[in-house]
Amino acid sequence: QIVNIITNDGRNIVGVLKGYDQCINIILEDCHERVFSPDAGVEQVVLGLYIIRGDNVSVIGEVDEDEDIKTDYSKVTGDVLKPVVH
Amino acid sequence: RMHFLSFFKTLIGKQIIVELKNDLALQGTLHSVDQYLNIKLNDMKVIDPTKYPHLNAVKNCFIRGSVVRYVQLPAKDVDTQLLQDSTRRALKSGEKLR
Repeated sequence: QIVNIITNDGRNIVGVLKGYDQCINIILEDCHERVFSPDAGVEQVVLGLYIIRGDNVSVIGEVDEDEDIKTDYSKVTGDVLKPVVH
Repeated sequence: RMHFLSFFKTLIGKQIIVELKNDLALQGTLHSVDQYLNIKLNDMKVIDPTKYPHLNAVKNCFIRGSVVRYVQLPAKDVDTQLLQDSTRRALKSGEKLR
């Protein structure tokens, strides 16, 4: 299932959820980071397989693939997500 | 210490707004909550989506309890008196245990 992860440092990582545990450590396959800016939305391919430590996870969203395909991310602008401050 | 967990369970099915420590605010229906006060929201929409379009294609999400700053609840869904009384009771029994 494709998920959209928001990390504590304000990054947006999208990939296939291969596994997780009680601590919310996450295994993502074929993931890429989406970097938004007030000027343009750009994507980068980060890594095929990634492990994200649970400590660093803020939000895990289920991606609605139909909605996602409809979106032309190269035209989307947005603010930079702030890092989590405790 | 199940105190707020039980309280949140009474709000399952209700609309809430979760404000996170990175200033993101997510509105949705409370689907479930766990011992860490991790929150699952259904039919989630971002408050201020022009600022934060990152979750546009997301309907259901999981929020780690540690990143929640505030949970906004509809006043009519909360029995404030009951909450105050049970908090007082919990505080009292906590002090006795020491």
